[in-house]
Amino acid sequence: MRAQFVLSEIGVGLRRNLTMTFAVVVSVALSLALFGGSLLMSDQVNTMKGYWYDKVNVSIFLCNKSDAESDPNCAKGAVTEDQKKSILADLNKMDVVQKVVYESQDDAYKHYKEQFGDSPLASSLTPDQMQESYRIKLKDPQKYQVIATAFDGRDGVQSVQDQKGILDNLFGLLNGMNWAARAIMALMLVVALMLIVNTVRVSAFSRRRETGIMRLVGASGFYIQAPFIMEAAVAGLIGGTVACGFLVIARYFIIDHGLDLSHKLNLINFIGWDAVLTKLPLILATSLLMPALAAFFALRKYLKV
Amino acid sequence: MIRFDNVSKVYPKQTRPALRDVSLEVEKGEFVFLVGSSGSGKSTFLRLILREERCSHGQVHVLGKDLARLSNWKVPQMRRQLGTVFQDFRLLPNKTVAENVAFAQEVIGKSKGEIRKSVPQVLDLVGLGGKEDRMPGELSGGEQQRVAIARAFVNRPKLLIADEPTGNLDPQTSVGIMKLLDRINRTGTTVVMATHDQNIVDQMRKRVIELEKGRLVRDQARGVYGYQH
Repeated sequence: MRAQFVLSEIGVGLRRNLTMTFAVVVSVALSLALFGGSLLMSDQVNTMKGYWYDKVNVSIFLCNKSDAESDPNCAKGAVTEDQKKSILADLNKMDVVQKVVYESQDDAYKHYKEQFGDSPLASSLTPDQMQESYRIKLKDPQKYQVIATAFDGRDGVQSVQDQKGILDNLFGLLNGMNWAARAIMALMLVVALMLIVNTVRVSAFSRRRETGIMRLVGASGFYIQAPFIMEAAVAGLIGGTVACGFLVIARYFIIDHGLDLSHKLNLINFIGWDAVLTKLPLILATSLLMPALAAFFALRKYLKV
Repeated sequence: MIRFDNVSKVYPKQTRPALRDVSLEVEKGEFVFLVGSSGSGKSTFLRLILREERCSHGQVHVLGKDLARLSNWKVPQMRRQLGTVFQDFRLLPNKTVAENVAFAQEVIGKSKGEIRKSVPQVLDLVGLGGKEDRMPGELSGGEQQRVAIARAFVNRPKLLIADEPTGNLDPQTSVGIMKLLDRINRTGTTVVMATHDQNIVDQMRKRVIELEKGRLVRDQARGVYGYQH
């Protein structure tokens, strides 16, 4: 097969249906941008969850030396070995507790490093600034208050936190947004596919003379279909490239510049460029293959071979 | 070359068969006229040979192959050995004469060198030498049909199917086209031509196959268009 011949056919086809091609490009771009956005949102949630999120319900943070100076809850000084022992003993006696894990300062430092990497805040920390803690898994996550009333204000305890409860509200919001993005994506995807099918139909109709002659002189089915499929794939790829552009620009303006969330919300760990860049090949591949497949199936219906 | 064994064709949603129990054989190198009134089954007959349709009963053999057993992806290979010409020429209006002929070679993957060689050759054969760069719209009907014949013949088919090739042409021009088809026939190409043109059939004195309401009613060597009443 001669590539030049096929390429010129594609060019002619795309220009002939310029408005339709444009519609395909826009709808593919939007649906894939939403697709990528939804993937990135999931990444963002995972990044924020940290080491303990899925493992425990409640954390009891113990006083360290610097808390003893600054935090009124720790006015009696850093936690002692005896206090730790009695807290652990009490925890083990409680029915609602399923499991208790002790996190040392070194462990806490390690987990923090893992989550925040080399953010400016993390690099200035030392292990002895971290808090020791008991991480508690409850039989019934709703019974958080039992732990809070039992240990809040106790000697050596800085605070009792239902971390999961706090984060869950935020994650609930993010998840909601994620599902909304997916719903819109699905809708746009359907629109994109219908547009592709329609474009192929119009294209097949306007070229029925050529394809009829091709058929008569014995061009293979693949040879007749290739220009249509490539047309859809090229339009899709343009859309996919636009979608990639959207994502990169969105990451740039929301996190680094413009909205500048990375500075305004510097306690939150944001997804890095690697998260964005690893999504791009997936988006480009989808933008190429999905329209090509749609065109292939449309041709089975609208183009006799 | 072509063999029909008890072939019937019933189109979906139609009770009357388009062809009924047709059996015949066309040998290599023959020139055959297919006559009959409109709706007699001529087009169905040709469509079965081209495997645009499959028969409902019986067997159709073309170029030694049982078309019912020919898988879809092998059909293009089979069609490359067939040339087709139609009443309405079916040329691409935005391509030149030479490009129209070359198209038939491009789409089956012939090399550029091969195309450059064979296109002028076949255009000379059909008497269009020097008109390579004209557009079909600038040509007369007869010339357009010559382009179509050149396109059908450029791949040197073993069998040429012509569906009323002179249907849109005046008698004088038709004679020219018939001479051309006769010349192609003499190169060894089998020609099957459906026609309504009584004069041509009567003049050529070739084998005549007549269909009537889907039945084969006459198969006559050196025949004429209709029975003399």
